[in-house]
Amino acid sequence: MNFAAKFVSVGFQTLLYKETLRFWKVATQTVAAPILTAMLYLLVFGHVLEGRLEVHPGVSYTAFLIPGLVMMSVLQNAFANSSSSLIQSKITGNLVFILLPPLSHWEIISAYVLASVVRGVVVGLGVFVVTVWFADLSFVAPLWIAVFALLGAAILGTMGVIAGIWAEKFDQLAAFQNFLIMPATFLSGVFYSIKSLPPFWQAVSHVNPFFYMIDGFRHGFFGQSDISPWTSLAIVSVFFAVLATVAVNLLKRGYNLRH
Amino acid sequence: MTAAIQITNVEKSYKSLKALGGVSLTIEEGEFFGLLGPNGAGKTTLISTIAGLIRPDSGAVAIHGHDVVTDFRQARKKLGVVPQELVFDPFFTVRETLRLQSGYFGLKNNDKWIDEVMDNLDLTGKADVNMRALSGGMKRRVLVAQALVHKPPVIVLDEPTAGVDVELRQGLWKFISRLNREGHTVVLTTHYLEEAQAMCQRVAMLRAGKVVALDTMSALIRRIAGSQLIVHLASGALPPSLRHLVAHDEQDAHDAHDARRQDSHRYSLRVNDYAEVEQILAKLREAGAVIGEMQLKQADLEDIFLQIMDGGAL
Repeated sequence: MNFAAKFVSVGFQTLLYKETLRFWKVATQTVAAPILTAMLYLLVFGHVLEGRLEVHPGVSYTAFLIPGLVMMSVLQNAFANSSSSLIQSKITGNLVFILLPPLSHWEIISAYVLASVVRGVVVGLGVFVVTVWFADLSFVAPLWIAVFALLGAAILGTMGVIAGIWAEKFDQLAAFQNFLIMPATFLSGVFYSIKSLPPFWQAVSHVNPFFYMIDGFRHGFFGQSDISPWTSLAIVSVFFAVLATVAVNLLKRGYNLRH
Repeated sequence: MTAAIQITNVEKSYKSLKALGGVSLTIEEGEFFGLLGPNGAGKTTLISTIAGLIRPDSGAVAIHGHDVVTDFRQARKKLGVVPQELVFDPFFTVRETLRLQSGYFGLKNNDKWIDEVMDNLDLTGKADVNMRALSGGMKRRVLVAQALVHKPPVIVLDEPTAGVDVELRQGLWKFISRLNREGHTVVLTTHYLEEAQAMCQRVAMLRAGKVVALDTMSALIRRIAGSQLIVHLASGALPPSLRHLVAHDEQDAHDAHDARRQDSHRYSLRVNDYAEVEQILAKLREAGAVIGEMQLKQADLEDIFLQIMDGGAL
């Protein structure tokens, strides 16, 4: 038995493959559409604000915006993948095909989260490829880019698992997405630096974990950020650990899954 | 020998509703076992508990000695369940669905068996068709195939023939019977009692979450009170000495002298053995009655089922 086969079970591999194949089969909706949406954001905001703002010295607004849009797409699509898959399976009843086999809660959550990371990264790369032509981007610390992209996608994938387990109808999931994920993403500094905000809203932004993901990700491009990437990494890692613990616990208990 | 399924005093309640009230059953390896009962009797709750989809409030279930909660990996490997609901994943074809299900059970490169299962369930022609494009009967076949894809020693079928055509039923039972002959344990719930009578060696009947009958099929049928002699009198009347043998519901109708009943000379008489038939015929002849038609109907599972569900004792 080779290393991979010993530590990565066939059940986990199959569920990861299924979750990846699921979004790939409807790539127009799950990949192309969010790339187009990000492109439209860039065209509108870039056109309106280019030349009026200089967020970091020597960095144009469009160049500042691109990493923010890439990361926003990574986060939103990672969340959408696991949450929509789970809620659809619960409502149509086919979740039983995952619950009947001998899959452990670790295998289930790992597969759902990794598939979310794959979708988040694929969409993020797509957004990057279509927007990179609009500004001169630098890549000061590529490792930070990769670390925050992967960690951010994993966090939102885990949040999607939690939301998918918790929600019993599409309406509840939409509420989770529209009243929590969307505001947290938009108010995290995708379109602006929080230094431009009044002190009160700067303080509010600092309790938003999404801010640290995007700020750290952007640091990888420009070597400049609102706070140290190490601080962001520590906060984001703790946030991930807390969410993963909650998600694993829900799955282990069979909350809303095994009655 | 370890039991295929050992259910020990399982209780499950949903708020004030007691779905299972202390069910205990032992299903031996190689049995073809029927789990019968009216809607709401607790059959699906019990099956879901066996499958690990429902966690009991108390009691335990083991598959081949493996507890379905504490040793769920081994228990689930040995179990294949065909759910009652017609569920499917609309993203995949039939072959993809079966390969994925096979993978969840840790099996790679399982195409030889997948092809055999599809062939036996007449699914080969639909292998590359998306699940959404299948008819209800075809989707049901895929559900059966999914349950068998890892060759489980214990197969649980929760109303597998509900709403499917005769051809599928015959094909399905032929395949399941073959698996049973090869040593697989089969547990079946169905509302088609003739199917249960034809297939099952042993039967448990559930009523309000409790086992109210548990025996071999032949013993159950032997235990019910006799058969029925159905006679249609061309002329004459039923003598008073035979009135007590008429089934109660018919007796009421006859006593009401309902002239509109076209079959007012048709009687169902309870008989315990063949010797009684001759005595009844003799009494009819003595009374001058002429028999137009006559039929001896053996008790079947439906009679037993109705008697038990009406609260009767065997």
